[in-house]
Amino acid sequence: MKKISFLLNGESRSIHVEPSETLLEVLRDRMGTKSPQCGCASGGCGACTVMLNDKTVRSCLIFAIETDGQEIVTLEGISKNGLSPLQKIFLEHNVFQCGYCAPGMILSATELISRNPHPTLHEIKEAIAGNLCRCTGYTPVIEAILELTKQEV
Amino acid sequence: MAIPHEFAYEKPETLKLALQLLSDHGKNARLLAGGTDLANQMKQGFRVPQILIDIKGIHELEEIRMAGDQLYIGALATFTDLRNSRLIMEKVNILHEAAGMVASNGVRNRATMVGNICSAVACMDSATPLLVHESVVHTLSVNGEKKYRIQDWFVDNRKTAISEDEIVTHVSIPIPEKKYAGAYQKMMRYSGEDLSQANVSVLALSEKQFRVAFGSVGPIPKRSLKIEKLLNTEGVSTETIDKAKKMIETVIAPITDVRATKEYRMHMTKVMFERALLAAMERFKQPRIISY
Ligand code: FES
Ligand code: FES
Repeated sequence: MKKISFLLNGESRSIHVEPSETLLEVLRDRMGTKSPQCGCASGGCGACTVMLNDKTVRSCLIFAIETDGQEIVTLEGISKNGLSPLQKIFLEHNVFQCGYCAPGMILSATELISRNPHPTLHEIKEAIAGNLCRCTGYTPVIEAILELTKQEV
Repeated sequence: MAIPHEFAYEKPETLKLALQLLSDHGKNARLLAGGTDLANQMKQGFRVPQILIDIKGIHELEEIRMAGDQLYIGALATFTDLRNSRLIMEKVNILHEAAGMVASNGVRNRATMVGNICSAVACMDSATPLLVHESVVHTLSVNGEKKYRIQDWFVDNRKTAISEDEIVTHVSIPIPEKKYAGAYQKMMRYSGEDLSQANVSVLALSEKQFRVAFGSVGPIPKRSLKIEKLLNTEGVSTETIDKAKKMIETVIAPITDVRATKEYRMHMTKVMFERALLAAMERFKQPRIISY
């Protein structure tokens, strides 16, 4: 066991971890941060997406111990002070059904918009391509992102 | 899924410390950069290292830079770093293009190009662009530096020429003096999140010279001097393209697996070869290299 410390959604947190524990396991099972989901556990579905130092990553493929001293933001952090504009428009459009993909989808779209406030359709598709959704067919998600990013022009 | 075995973890801050750890632990150690392949392999029990040596604290391995006519890509440069690099975009457009097709954004943010060629899974994206650019893999061990020509690097599926005490520090790419342009083609079931079922790189050089490489259609990626010779001596025409396509049958050895049959891979490799060749020629005509 090794003690690691990181910034989780703006708060400094410490925890003892085994090197074999993934970030996803530690966040969900040991720290009560339930937004990252386990879909495939192998990097393919994007359900476990979190932001690590401002970039979306797959927490199922990262060892928690690697994140010592780093900064992690999960969906809980995005909506800490109320829903973000992206979340609001997703809600208005009722884009999700079961919601399993939602945390990952929201983080991927948030990363996109922060880098590229007015993405093209292609760029939106590219950004969320790694977030598999079994319910929506993606169209409502894409349309909502388009509407949000066009409004801001 | 959890990792089924316990292991130790070290994060050295210098190359020297990393090399020492590696020489102490030998084949029980595994180097960790992005970890996107390694974590999966450990979950499946395919690799069971006793110690992981995380090299992400060695910041000199992050750089992407030009020195003389060589472009250097450090072992920690991620595919996202390659996508965001002006140098990569302008100097090795084919690698820039291929980097954009690796898995998904969330994986590219973490996965490194050097990790890709060290895992050496047959379907890797960076191998054929590096092959047509005649790249060199640089390693370091307690015994000193070593260089491997990229064509000598790949030994078998998931196996490279590296020995257990070596760390890949960077890959160097010689930048041709005269004009050139490359094109990368990848076949996958859907874009954004898939492994390649076959891929082709073509580099067009001045004086109508070409280099051609095929990936994911055999245990190791392959450059074909035979096809290059045909194009370079007889020129590009409908006839030579047809001849080259016929030759592809003797150059590659695709297999049937869950992702595609060997017949389909063979057929599509021919189609992609033609597309890549024509795209490279088209890009070569542009006043400056354009990236995609
Ligand atoms: S659970 Fe991590 S990508 Fe699917
Ligand atoms: S809403 Fe059900 S998986 Fe996306």
